[in-house]
Amino acid sequence: MSAQLLITLPVLIPITGAVLCILAWRSTHAQRAINLTASLALLAAAILLVMRTSAGEIPTVRLGAWPAPVAINFIGDAFSAIMVLLNAIVAVAGALYALGATPKAHERSGYHPLMLSLIGACSGAFTTGDLFNLYVWFEVMLLSSFVLLSLGGSRPQLESAVKYVTLNLLSSFLFLSAIGLTYALVGTLNLAAIAERLAASEDRSLFTPVIGLLLVGFGIKGGLFPFFFWLPASYHTPSPVVSGVFAGLLTKVGVYAIIRTTQLFAPGWSIDGGVIAHALIWISGLTMVTGVLGAAVQQDMRRILSFHIVSQVGYMVMGLAIAGVAFDSAQAPGIDPAQRTALMGAGALALTGTVFYILHHIIVKANLFFVAGIVEQLEGTGELPRIGGLYKRRPLLAALFFIPAMSLSGIPILSGFWGKFILVRAGLESGADIIVAVSLAVSLATLFSMTKIWANVFWAPPPPASPNDTQRPTSPTIAPPTPARTACMYTACGAMALVTIAIGFGAGFAVDLAETAGAQLTDPTPYIQALLPTDAPTDIELTAGEVTP
Amino acid sequence: MTPLLALSTGVLFATGMYMLLRRSIVKILIGLVLMGHGANLLILTSAGILRGSPPLIPQGEERIADAHADPLPQALILTAIVISFAIVSFACVLVKRAYEIAGTDDTEAMRSSELPIGSDPGGADT
Amino acid sequence: MNSVILRTTTVFILPLLLMLSLIVLLRGHNEPGGGFVGGLLASAAFTLYVLAAGAKAARHLLHVHPITLAGAGLLFALISGVMSIVAGHPLFDALWTDTKIIGQVKIGTPLLFDIGVYLTVCGVVCAIAFQLSESAEDARDPSPDEADPEGGTL
Repeated sequence: MSAQLLITLPVLIPITGAVLCILAWRSTHAQRAINLTASLALLAAAILLVMRTSAGEIPTVRLGAWPAPVAINFIGDAFSAIMVLLNAIVAVAGALYALGATPKAHERSGYHPLMLSLIGACSGAFTTGDLFNLYVWFEVMLLSSFVLLSLGGSRPQLESAVKYVTLNLLSSFLFLSAIGLTYALVGTLNLAAIAERLAASEDRSLFTPVIGLLLVGFGIKGGLFPFFFWLPASYHTPSPVVSGVFAGLLTKVGVYAIIRTTQLFAPGWSIDGGVIAHALIWISGLTMVTGVLGAAVQQDMRRILSFHIVSQVGYMVMGLAIAGVAFDSAQAPGIDPAQRTALMGAGALALTGTVFYILHHIIVKANLFFVAGIVEQLEGTGELPRIGGLYKRRPLLAALFFIPAMSLSGIPILSGFWGKFILVRAGLESGADIIVAVSLAVSLATLFSMTKIWANVFWAPPPPASPNDTQRPTSPTIAPPTPARTACMYTACGAMALVTIAIGFGAGFAVDLAETAGAQLTDPTPYIQALLPTDAPTDIELTAGEVTP
Repeated sequence: MTPLLALSTGVLFATGMYMLLRRSIVKILIGLVLMGHGANLLILTSAGILRGSPPLIPQGEERIADAHADPLPQALILTAIVISFAIVSFACVLVKRAYEIAGTDDTEAMRSSELPIGSDPGGADT
Repeated sequence: MNSVILRTTTVFILPLLLMLSLIVLLRGHNEPGGGFVGGLLASAAFTLYVLAAGAKAARHLLHVHPITLAGAGLLFALISGVMSIVAGHPLFDALWTDTKIIGQVKIGTPLLFDIGVYLTVCGVVCAIAFQLSESAEDARDPSPDEADPEGGTL
């Protein structure tokens, strides 16, 4: 298959599926089949893409055969390919899980086309090589997620959707403003061209504000410390498959954008005395701590897990920030060459750890939300005081929760352990001891939260039935349980648990992948060359006009 | 012209932010729309305001000879306008439904998804 | 809305608006206009009819479900992009034929794309307009609590 076609497929397949679903909107059966088929096809394409990119190839396509700096483009380096693969895994698990969890009314309101366009937009965001196209994919993603969040239209859903829409629109407009300022600064929006012109430019006074504005925009979407409030207010309200896919993917699109733009736009991180890297260290620490403390006071499964998304995003940003600080110190004048090499190595290791952590986190987090959905389907609620004794009644479900929960807290051999291990080692090598200590403390608190859920939901005896609880509570956002539905949901959770175990035991393979991605992020020259070939016409004069006073 | 446009951008952002901080969801929506306009105007202004002919290559020539406006920011703004049109029209439907279900447009009363389970979010009786 | 003047004039304005929307769509290749503006004009025509005769009558007039219309439009746009892959070009490369319709409009994939945009915009805006108007009519004329199958979305 040609590289050009291959890099187009991750976007093309889900979008085609979404269009077919809209045309078949009268038949929910046809839509389910289309959703599952498209997700599986996406998985196949993503695996092919990862195989190509792990060998060092960077497939690129420019739509409409336009020349390099102006064309709409797709590009897949190892990092993008890994993200597309995770996207595809979540899509397949979600499509399977949705067979059992999504109420009929949601399917009739367009669940399947919306989910497919969400997946397609995430693929687009992961593979685009243009800042404005990133904005467009963000908006497609957000529009789909707005509607998915409010499917069903219960009061908590609509109220949380108002907050979600407001804050995410605000972040979009900040991002758009940053795009305008970037264009004013360098006169192009192609990521590679921006990187080249920023590196070549003399006057660097505006860099920090522009990159800061980008970080605020992405930070809102990623759920970073001062901006995360929309996340725990909304993620527990929609149907569990929707919150599972959101939990796995959406914030990570923001994190992806942060990593991609900072690595490309601030090469060496040394502008204004490394202020961005040091700010990110603080932000990541505060994100981790507030997230885990917020989770500690919650008494509902999905709410606890939502707060943990925030704290886990902190880990990813911590990896990036450690890399930033290491690259900044390596640029210091008069530094010993051996020490510089060591610092650059530590930075690359931190980026590897970040990629690995994202890889592990997306699978585990979506899995935990899916398991919480099964609990809610069985018990009618996710509130810890009102459920219990599931270990005796559903031992398989207990096992399905136990694996991702222990992986999330970083118990050895499971995937989360390796992620934290690499990050901690990189942090110690680059001298960021305090943040490493914070991350380890947060890890312990995560274990506490997971134990809390485990003890309450699975071990504690079921609460005595109170006299005014004459009937079992039912959740409006989940289809009532039947054996066939439960089987679909168990299969989806089981498959994801197997992926977690596979990442843990076969960590070598995953680390190799993450290492390729980390190396390409550390030195983005191949990415820039693939996106902006040297034979591209450079004389495209974009501002040939006469400036009016 | 540029200082005037820069000033307008600032005014749009400031009024948008002021409206965003209000409690009524309709006002918040208006604030978002204003900020969207501000962002679009910012792109137009920061790309440079030019006096020139439209960026169309005359028939039979290879490139434009005289001064011409930069087409890219305008294309960006057009796309951004179309996108915000779609999102704002969805947000209108959402705000209306939220008002119908919650019985209030006050964001302070719209907290049932944040408060502990079982507590009364209030507002439904107004 | 119950106005004799509006109802009478809508009968004349509606076909004119629809024709104008088609003209705008077709001239969009080289002059101002195109699928998006044309689609908005067409949906404005139907929205006018909603105001004059109500959403139910407008749904009847449109004949197909607006979502089907939007889906067909997306399909056209998608086909126009994929055709270039089949021909061995990158996605969304323009393919032209030498045939012309109405004397000056060349047929090619960009025209197909524009038609797709036209149908999508028309379908989506009509869907929103119908939905908003129907919930307003329900609010004015409260019927027994029946669950809205569309769930408040498009």
